[in-house]
Amino acid sequence: MAVKSKMSDHKLIATNGLEFKPKNQGYFPRGLSFLAVVIIILMLAIILGNIIYGGAGTISLEFLSHPPENGMEAGGIFPAIFGTVFLVILMVIAVVPVGGFTAIYLHEYASPSSKITRLIRVAVNNLAGVPSIVFGLFGLGFFIAFIGGGLDSIFYKSEDPIWGQPAIIWASLTLALLTLPVIIVSTEEALRTIPNELKEASYALGGTKLQTITRIIIPQALPGIFTGSILAVSRGAGEVAPIMFTGVAYYLPYLPTKFNDQFMEMGYHIYVMATQSPDIEATKPILYGTILVLLILTFLLNFIAIYIRSSMRRKRATLQ
Amino acid sequence: MYRNRPEFNEKMKELNFKPKSRLREFFGEMFIAVNAFVALIAIILIFVFIFKEAIPIFTDSEIREEVTLEKMTFKQEFYEGRDAKWSWQPNSEVPKYSLLPLFIGTLKAALIAMLFAAPLGIGAAIYSSEFANKRMREIIKPTIELLAGIPSVVLGFFALIILATFLQNTLGLTFRLNALNAGLALGLAVIPIVFTVAEDAMTSVPHSLREAATALGANQWQISFTVVLPAALSGISAGIILGFGRAIGETMIVLMASGNAAIVSTSLTDSVRTFSATIASELGEVVFGGGHYTVLFFIGSLLFVFTFIINLSGDMILTRIKSRFQGKIN
Repeated sequence: MAVKSKMSDHKLIATNGLEFKPKNQGYFPRGLSFLAVVIIILMLAIILGNIIYGGAGTISLEFLSHPPENGMEAGGIFPAIFGTVFLVILMVIAVVPVGGFTAIYLHEYASPSSKITRLIRVAVNNLAGVPSIVFGLFGLGFFIAFIGGGLDSIFYKSEDPIWGQPAIIWASLTLALLTLPVIIVSTEEALRTIPNELKEASYALGGTKLQTITRIIIPQALPGIFTGSILAVSRGAGEVAPIMFTGVAYYLPYLPTKFNDQFMEMGYHIYVMATQSPDIEATKPILYGTILVLLILTFLLNFIAIYIRSSMRRKRATLQ
Repeated sequence: MYRNRPEFNEKMKELNFKPKSRLREFFGEMFIAVNAFVALIAIILIFVFIFKEAIPIFTDSEIREEVTLEKMTFKQEFYEGRDAKWSWQPNSEVPKYSLLPLFIGTLKAALIAMLFAAPLGIGAAIYSSEFANKRMREIIKPTIELLAGIPSVVLGFFALIILATFLQNTLGLTFRLNALNAGLALGLAVIPIVFTVAEDAMTSVPHSLREAATALGANQWQISFTVVLPAALSGISAGIILGFGRAIGETMIVLMASGNAAIVSTSLTDSVRTFSATIASELGEVVFGGGHYTVLFFIGSLLFVFTFIINLSGDMILTRIKSRFQGKIN
């Protein structure tokens, strides 16, 4: 008897109070969690189906290549596409080097436990969580009023603002800050896939740290930086709140050619057409068409990024 | 030995290694380091420049006549003899700047979003990490990424045109655009965040824990619910916290789908006006540096501080889990 009670004591300690009844197969929680998946997929299908159904008839070569006419009720969206592309190109030029070098610094130079590294990481994570409208406020207060206004008062004596006004350069710089974390994260992921042996080989050949970085690390990290750029473009192309006050316009008779021009953009085009159109039924085809173009653009970019990332992961798996 | 071989010299030439220059090393490192500080400086600049524009509320006597902290928080008697109330009407003859209606609106939309998104996000995460086979997982994850990739202006459009009509017809609502409509659309934007963080937390539960439970005779679902879920609980809560931060700060969806009426009410089917939508819809028409402008930057500061705290706490939870799982158990 004494031995038996000792045994059950042991069992109690071992299972730590958990009792596993063999009959319970958990069909209910399994079904419930599966239901969540089904609901999400269904909602996505409804949204996409609705937009494809509504927009597929509108998209044509003419729609993509002509400016809007008749108060947005006819014509195309070429200026909005042009503005979006111009905007994200400027953004990528600004954000990719900064984000790439930040990741390289964090991964190659900084010691992971130092205060500065942790501070930078906290800043990057928080930058990713700052509401997009706050970026818009910042772009207005910092880029337009402080930098642009400052340039005007130092270099130009004219009454009209030249740089101290909403412009494509300020909108793209605002978006660059917003997408900075995207580039940093995906570059760092690429840096982690570089086997240490490559670095060691470079050092063994007498390469310095900087030489190793410029000739070994950066070329190896390029797919990651590229993935990050694509994700940043897909994010930046869809953001409206940060550019609302920093440069976008609903309708312009000309295309932006200078850095201090205003521009049209697809996301903002969608917002104004959906909320401020005097006759929503008349603008609906154009509205749906614009949304479909924007969705195709962002999804295409996302697919490319996912593909590159997964092939990168496969490569890492074979290397290790 | 090796250095004397001709292959070595050729390899050196091919890799283009030049003699070391300390100066170049130094400036190279400095250049890279300067870039690394951009994110940190950006956060500080955002903080400084948004607060700077909000400070006149506390210091400028002219603006303080129009708006003070007290006027923004407490009930105000705007006309003689009328009841004191909370009211946001910045463009009326007597500008009214009570933040309470906006606060209630923000909270209502965000709470509905979380009630909708948290069960779906966590449920899908549980299925994906615990029950789904590999092929199923390869469907679920890209689907969620697809959802995350939809621009918020498109979700706002969907809520404005399709969802609002559907809800009004099925529930018989008075207001077409309301907190429920905005909250559900907001939830669509929050689901991917909750899912990603929660799934990450569950898949990073050390395998040794699962094996231990298997050895004790637990079946798949018992492992999930008695071992994995409790271990991943703080990670799941981090997902909810981060999702809530997104719901508070998201702009375009609420701007388009909420009706933008600043009313103090508890009904979930009344129109609401949120902090973010207020900034987005009013900043374009304000006088630069005036009272209204200052209040909008004050709201921006509130949003910034609030989301900063939320993100920081979510981040801290995730870092702690990571060090716990990697440090002690493995």
